[in-house]
Amino acid sequence: MKKKVLSIVLTAAMMANVLAGCSTSPTGSSGSDSGAAGTDSAAEGSTIKIGVFEPKTGENGSGGTQEELGIEYANSVRPTVTVGGTEYTIELDWQDNQSDKTVAATAAQKLISDGCVGVIGGYGSGTCIAAGSYFADAKIPAIGTTCTNTNVTLGNDYYFRVCYLDPFQGTVMADWAIDQGYTEIATIDNIGNEYTSGLVQTFTAEYEAKGGKIVAAETFQTNESDFKAILTNIKASGVKAVFAPTDYLYAPLLLNQAADLGLDVQWIAGDTWNNPVITEDAGDNAEGVVIDCFYAEGGNEEFDAGFKEWINADSSRLEANLNSDTIIGNQAMCYDAYMVMLDAIEAADSLEGEAIQAALKDINVTEGVVGGAVKFDENGDAEKNTTFILKVEGGEFTYVDSVTHEE
Amino acid sequence: MSLAYLLQQLLNGLSLGGAYALIAIGYTMVYGILRMINFAHGDVFMMAGYFMIYSMAVFPWYVSLPVVIAGTIVLGVVIEKLAYKPLRSAPRMSVMISAIGVAYLLENLANYLFTAMPQSYPQIDILKHVYTLGDITVSRVTLVAPVLTVILTVLMIQLVNHTKMGMAMRACSKDQNTARIMGIKVDSVITKTFIIGCGLAAIGSILYFTDRNTVQPYSGSLPGLKCFVAAVLGGIGSIPGAMVGGFIVGVCQIAITAAGYSVFSDAFTFVLLIIILLVRPTGIFGEKATDKV
Repeated sequence: MKKKVLSIVLTAAMMANVLAGCSTSPTGSSGSDSGAAGTDSAAEGSTIKIGVFEPKTGENGSGGTQEELGIEYANSVRPTVTVGGTEYTIELDWQDNQSDKTVAATAAQKLISDGCVGVIGGYGSGTCIAAGSYFADAKIPAIGTTCTNTNVTLGNDYYFRVCYLDPFQGTVMADWAIDQGYTEIATIDNIGNEYTSGLVQTFTAEYEAKGGKIVAAETFQTNESDFKAILTNIKASGVKAVFAPTDYLYAPLLLNQAADLGLDVQWIAGDTWNNPVITEDAGDNAEGVVIDCFYAEGGNEEFDAGFKEWINADSSRLEANLNSDTIIGNQAMCYDAYMVMLDAIEAADSLEGEAIQAALKDINVTEGVVGGAVKFDENGDAEKNTTFILKVEGGEFTYVDSVTHEE
Repeated sequence: MSLAYLLQQLLNGLSLGGAYALIAIGYTMVYGILRMINFAHGDVFMMAGYFMIYSMAVFPWYVSLPVVIAGTIVLGVVIEKLAYKPLRSAPRMSVMISAIGVAYLLENLANYLFTAMPQSYPQIDILKHVYTLGDITVSRVTLVAPVLTVILTVLMIQLVNHTKMGMAMRACSKDQNTARIMGIKVDSVITKTFIIGCGLAAIGSILYFTDRNTVQPYSGSLPGLKCFVAAVLGGIGSIPGAMVGGFIVGVCQIAITAAGYSVFSDAFTFVLLIIILLVRPTGIFGEKATDKV
């Protein structure tokens, strides 16, 4: 009951904000904490707020900070949006969810009370799920960047997401393996790990549907460090390729122990292996490993060049990007989420949450996004059919190809 | 199923079993003397892994080996002095709980000092040399592990049965108070036991991690428990028992995983523990219990 009252009050406040936004207000004070005043200033300077819901601190702090760069860059590329003939400048409202589910709720409420038109974020599914109901109650559309858990969007009409879901990777990597001529393959599954099992499951289904044969389906338990038994089995099966979408922790163990056993195969994995730990710990044994990811440098040269230039223009940005101008897939997803949000606002031609949400449901963005076209299904998940293939060459993850899955 | 395949899996099992055996001896010796299970032993083994990483960053391997063994021994003795010795007259349960506390302390300390990211274990070239024989490929460490384990076990048995120190150890194991009356310095015997146990854990850690390449803060917890099971299986308190138990647990684990039942490989170890405790609580080599436990 209390929650309902709160949501009604918040919705009313939102509506008031939107209505206030239509009238011209004489006051021009900015940076005020109260929602109504904030929008007053928005109307004055013709600015609107878009919330950024990312972890700046906590366990996902580093990933969240890198993602914010993607959103900030997108904002620098497209700083305004036109609604009803008026050009509004976009002001990003940064809230740190601290990688914590409790703080996530507070951060979400702050974004709502700040009068954000929409929200972008974030890194890590748990915090997004925790915040989701607040956004839905306040009727503020949110676009998830790299939160891959199904429950972020499931049953929440106001949460959308631009990245693909985990199981999709299995399907696409199966297509890739078949394309490369690997008709027999071994899989390695981590029992009890949703991510790995999901990928292995969809991989197996697609691979067998395309005529491939899984010769060895090996499994291991979480925290295992001895893979010699299953690797010996794989060696005995004589396959030329292995699909092992494990957490990155297991990658160097698998690669090094395989080398000790003289197992020389093409390793194929999911996006989790896109981690420097692998090239550091496995060294030469990691050469040739193939993985997929949301986006890879080389996928869109204009975006790559622009983003690198922007990162290098400011030492604090460079520092936030871990002292490198390498673009990670997450940043491309953030860029896309921002672009899709603006496209939806323009398509709705309104600053009202309900109208933007309706526009998002029908949207089909093909231009201006870098990680493949964005169109949402009934759950609000982007119907992605493209993934980017990376290969370890000379100790670096290098873009080799993009694969599109045809139904 | 070819002979080469079976042989390869057997070697995998024996090398794993060898490392387990060395750790199991540490459990068994401490139990034999103090009648307490040193749950921190698996984590001492993990710390030895980190010591190797950091000493190899500074020294060549032949200096690192003694440095790591010495470092592990110091750690083990410090733990004994700080966490177990003050509880000497307390009920045995208190010492056991203290050991569990030390285990968590070491894991979290490692988490804090070395981060949860797995770290690459340095490769010692002479141990990493790879032999190829037909379809079998083994690194030297895989061959060295079981052999070294047997040699060290034989040495330990000689030490316990045929030296003055060994006699003191046996006396303490039978009855600490009487041993003290007879003029044996019980505390010094206990310290020596920890020195030997930790030294063997350090050697076991080198064999184990060289073959497995990475160390992380929880690398020691599950192997530690398995080695404890190995010690119970062989008959806790018995050194040859610990060795045999280690090999049995190692080979069975590999056999079960190779047969495609990796889901049950951990469960098997602990089912084994329950069965042993029900059927033959003193283990394979265990003394016929006229014990007062």
